[in-house]
Amino acid sequence: MSVVVFIDTRGEKLPKAAQEALTYGKHIATKLGGGVTAVTFGDGANLEGLGAFGATKVVVAKGVKTIESQQLTKLVADTTAAEKAQVIVCIHDGTGKAVAPRVAARLKAGHVAGAIGLPNMDGGFQVKRNVFSGKAQAWVSISSPVKVISMMANSIPIESNGSPATVSDFSGDLGVARVTLKDVRKSGGGINLPEAEIVVSAGRGMKGPEFWAPVEELAKELGAATACSRPVADMHWRPHHEHVGQTGVAIRPNCYIAIGISGAIQHLAGVNQSKVIAVINKDPEAPFFKAADYGIIGDAAEVLPQLIAAAKKLNAER
Amino acid sequence: MKFLVLISQVPDTTARIAFTNDNTQYDGNGVTWIVNPYDEWYALVRALELKEANGGSVTTITVGGADCDATIRKALAIGADDAVRVDAQPTDAYGVAAQVAAYAKDKGFDIVIAGKETIDHNGSQVAGMVAELLDLPYVPLASKLDMAGSTATIERDVPGGVEVVEVNAPFVISAAKGMAEQRIPNMRGIMAARTKPLTVVPATSVETLSSTVKFELPPAKQAVKMIPADQAGQLIELLHTEAKVI
Repeated sequence: MSVVVFIDTRGEKLPKAAQEALTYGKHIATKLGGGVTAVTFGDGANLEGLGAFGATKVVVAKGVKTIESQQLTKLVADTTAAEKAQVIVCIHDGTGKAVAPRVAARLKAGHVAGAIGLPNMDGGFQVKRNVFSGKAQAWVSISSPVKVISMMANSIPIESNGSPATVSDFSGDLGVARVTLKDVRKSGGGINLPEAEIVVSAGRGMKGPEFWAPVEELAKELGAATACSRPVADMHWRPHHEHVGQTGVAIRPNCYIAIGISGAIQHLAGVNQSKVIAVINKDPEAPFFKAADYGIIGDAAEVLPQLIAAAKKLNAER
Repeated sequence: MKFLVLISQVPDTTARIAFTNDNTQYDGNGVTWIVNPYDEWYALVRALELKEANGGSVTTITVGGADCDATIRKALAIGADDAVRVDAQPTDAYGVAAQVAAYAKDKGFDIVIAGKETIDHNGSQVAGMVAELLDLPYVPLASKLDMAGSTATIERDVPGGVEVVEVNAPFVISAAKGMAEQRIPNMRGIMAARTKPLTVVPATSVETLSSTVKFELPPAKQAVKMIPADQAGQLIELLHTEAKVI
């Protein structure tokens, strides 16, 4: 009873979320008494290395260069059949969202999207997921023989003590690509927001895009990704992909530091799954303080230099 | 171009989240229901813009009971030509997708478009499942959609950036922020919506593959620990030594 884990290995480095998805699959495979087959595409290097995170086999479709959902769906579904896999694990990101629902419909498999922990397999198959934009969670039971889970990043700790995997090329026919890639625009070299463990976020309280340097400096000192609130993205102070909240990206880092963000309910919906929230705002009535673990009432211009100095001191000590 | 826009009814973004029946059902008491913002602001409005520029029609489809009709009329007020409601209580994403696909399969829609997710279930599942059931290409999380003849140029968010892709109609697409701007319906639209066709079609029989067993609310937060502004550096120390997150 094996597990298939579908990941994108095209980048220079294996994304943390992919390492986590393999670990996630390994936990399930151990319970089922089987192994993990990683399924991927493109020309990524060091696929044997996926074994470290739990894969015993890797199947790669080198001819697929982009997220062509029909070809990738066939790739995952055919490998699932060949491996007689019972569970398919994807990541709940742009790639997983293109493929997981299709695979589920193709195999008539129940699909849990946005899982935030390992399934409970005692007597059934139940997975916990976020609903209502993080304001609640739901336990979802899957009744079909094959099950598809799309996992949220930062759900479980990564384990990396496995041995190299056996790599083979996918030999089946995936048909022609009906979606063709024309151009790729990378969004800077910063830390990928959805999988960041620490996030420094700022809002309208910064008063203008020219005051962002200390936010970026603090993020750099902490090894954090930067984010922003919706008004800031709407006013084009910061790029849209940094916007966290109900209509932006939903994140769940270990530590979320919010500067000059009042904490409207729509913003909280995107960040309330963070393990620890620190809020800096000059308005003592800011609703965000009610959702915070730590708070500072003060102006960003006064507080940020102190935080940067303290972060530098911490870095010098460790 | 014939557009089919998937419209879901969801609780208002500020609605109280509570559950009944031993935490197995959402408590919709006193809740204001709206068109799912991603379906409305981005998917529906972009379909209308492309129809206004190039001609065609915009049909909406919703899976649900008669309690959805007021929300469907709102989508008609914004400018959709007609609406279809499949008379079935939604079970899981596959159930909804199967109903939509059963209706759409012989209607010749060029573009099937939905919001990137609903704000209640957050699954991003239905559009992808519809694409598979109709054997159509699918581009999720699109922030831009332009048409030249039957060829679409689409920008989509992927991990770490944006991809520009090309696809020929018919296809399925899900719309994210950036694709269009919200439209407020005017009085003429609201009046016209009353008489636009809202066709109720019977449900087909669909298997249920997954079901929600129980809802949970997150545990209440502990009281916030305040740090004086002139000793702000303490925050970094506490995050390191007490919370152990940096």
